[in-house]
Amino acid sequence: MLTCVTKSLAIAAMLAATAIATTLSASAEESTSPGPEYYSALKGKKVGFVPISMGFDLTQGWLAGMQRQAKELGYEIIVRDPNWSVESGIQAINSLIAEKPDLLIIQNNDDRSYNRLVKQAMAAGIPTIQVQQRVQTPSDAYIGPDWYDIGKKTATALAAKCGKGTSGKVAVVQGARAAPASILMLAGVEDTLKAIPEIQIVSSQAADWDTTKAYAIMSTVLKQHADLCGVVGFWDVADLGSAAAIREAGLKDKVTLVTSGGGKRDAACEKITAGDFSVYYSYNVAGQARDLNSAIKMLLQAKMKPGSAPFALLSPLTQITKENMSPTSCWMQAEIEQAGG
Amino acid sequence: MTVRPFAKLRITQEQIVMVIAIAAFVAFSALVPNFLSAGNVTSLVQNVSVLGILAMGMAISIIGRGIDLSMVASMSIAVAWMLVQLNAGVPIGEALLLAIAFSVVIGIINGILIAYVEVPAIFATLAMATAVYGFGKYFLVDADVNYLPDKWKWLTEFATARLLGIPVPIIAFVLAGIGADLFLRKVREGRFIFAMGDNPLAARTSGVPVRWMIVLQYILSSLIALLAGLLMAMLVASMNTRIVSSTLVYDVILVVVLGGISLSGGRGGIISVIVGTLLIGILLNGMTMMNLTYTVQNVIKAVILLAALVLDTLINPRDEQTSQQGDI
Repeated sequence: MLTCVTKSLAIAAMLAATAIATTLSASAEESTSPGPEYYSALKGKKVGFVPISMGFDLTQGWLAGMQRQAKELGYEIIVRDPNWSVESGIQAINSLIAEKPDLLIIQNNDDRSYNRLVKQAMAAGIPTIQVQQRVQTPSDAYIGPDWYDIGKKTATALAAKCGKGTSGKVAVVQGARAAPASILMLAGVEDTLKAIPEIQIVSSQAADWDTTKAYAIMSTVLKQHADLCGVVGFWDVADLGSAAAIREAGLKDKVTLVTSGGGKRDAACEKITAGDFSVYYSYNVAGQARDLNSAIKMLLQAKMKPGSAPFALLSPLTQITKENMSPTSCWMQAEIEQAGG
Repeated sequence: MTVRPFAKLRITQEQIVMVIAIAAFVAFSALVPNFLSAGNVTSLVQNVSVLGILAMGMAISIIGRGIDLSMVASMSIAVAWMLVQLNAGVPIGEALLLAIAFSVVIGIINGILIAYVEVPAIFATLAMATAVYGFGKYFLVDADVNYLPDKWKWLTEFATARLLGIPVPIIAFVLAGIGADLFLRKVREGRFIFAMGDNPLAARTSGVPVRWMIVLQYILSSLIALLAGLLMAMLVASMNTRIVSSTLVYDVILVVVLGGISLSGGRGGIISVIVGTLLIGILLNGMTMMNLTYTVQNVIKAVILLAALVLDTLINPRDEQTSQQGDI
């Protein structure tokens, strides 16, 4: 308490001093220019980035945004692409830790081994940001959605369409069974639907984030339950398959499909317009790129001991439907490359 | 049926698998409501059509005493590249021709490596799979998921439609099966593939152009892979190149071997492929309906496959006559 008061007094005194100084040297321009130390904190720095894989909408979007800012402020982003392999990811992070970049950005692909790596990186004095999926250990920053909340929100949207007067039968198309994001979403979905007695989960299968697998599962489920009311899927890319199965069964107007994803135009808005997805929750990759850039700037300037003050910037979830869609609901890669992040 | 002289005397693996398939079918019909509905039975076949078509191509290369591990890579890159071009506004005919040319080139390179450089097929095509994927992802296709542009949406509508009540993928599967069967049994080149799979030296001595036939064999498997890939992309309006790192290529080999096509070549036929494909289809469909988890499904699938192989060795024990050099 005492230190708090002292601090406030000190700040007040500093502010007063600044005010006086400003008045005194109103004509001198050097003190009004916002900190050159801002630029010097960022210039020439090295930022390592290890996603699960490059080449899909989320990682391409983040990187485009981060690279735009890096170019502007003169720091470098070193991308190591493990191409979906956990082993290559571990290797990539290990070699980056040895190279000692000024900052490390990791997208978790395996809880146990990545948890150790995040700890190692911070112990080696490298501030670490986790994006989209995080490990148990909180690192300096987490940027990504609250997966449990996505599960809850998508299930609630589905429940709104499958209540009384419908069959109440719903299907869940999960991601990969062991993936932390999928487990959390499933918990959110199950907790929400358990509380609604008229809804019954008739099928809950893992499609491994894969379009073709989701298609096969959904077409079988629809044969068994022709009166299915709705589906909640865990990722837009895979749910294109669920949508194809529903369309093929001639049930496009009868079965509600709720899904979530990064909100890229061709994966989200175009499919909502086409009637493939009924309700879509977007964690907006363009916004995440902006959050990543903010976290990079903050951590490189603050120079705190890694792990001393972890924070999270949870990606806000926006609901997109045919009715509420606007031209800015979704993003395109070219837009982020040009002006995003 | 000269290729299988003891067919009449022995119970073949194909028949064992057929019996298991029928048993599974009966069991699911009794246990799972709606399993036996006409809608479900067609969907059961439809869901394995792509797998079945890929297996036709693999069967041709395995019967010729080869193997093509690059099928999935070449299919996904060729089709994804075609989608990239369609998105860039290239006319569909041109994009398709380029995809066909790409597949043929891969087949030719595979064939030359195996026939003329004499690299074992398993290594040549394994390396080729990585090379094709790497080359494709670096030069041709940026993104993992490539969507079919809206302009060509009718392709998806066509693929998910029914002709005379039969879904288009099943028709494609049947046509591919008839084509492959006629090729293997009635066309001279097809008979040659059997001959050189059975005994390459004897085939060469009796005048079969073995090296050229090997090249042809890989061109065919590559083109059949393209056909499967096109069907897959039309069905779900996209192609995800990540399929290369899935176990699809092993599933394909499994279907082929399961039906009784020996990895040492010269044995089996298209019926074997169809029987193997149907067994997998019945298992996947029934277990999905029972809402079994993915892991449990895999375990059950694997146990049944092993059981089929064990039964085969019990009924048809290997001896000096039946086992061949190069039998894996």
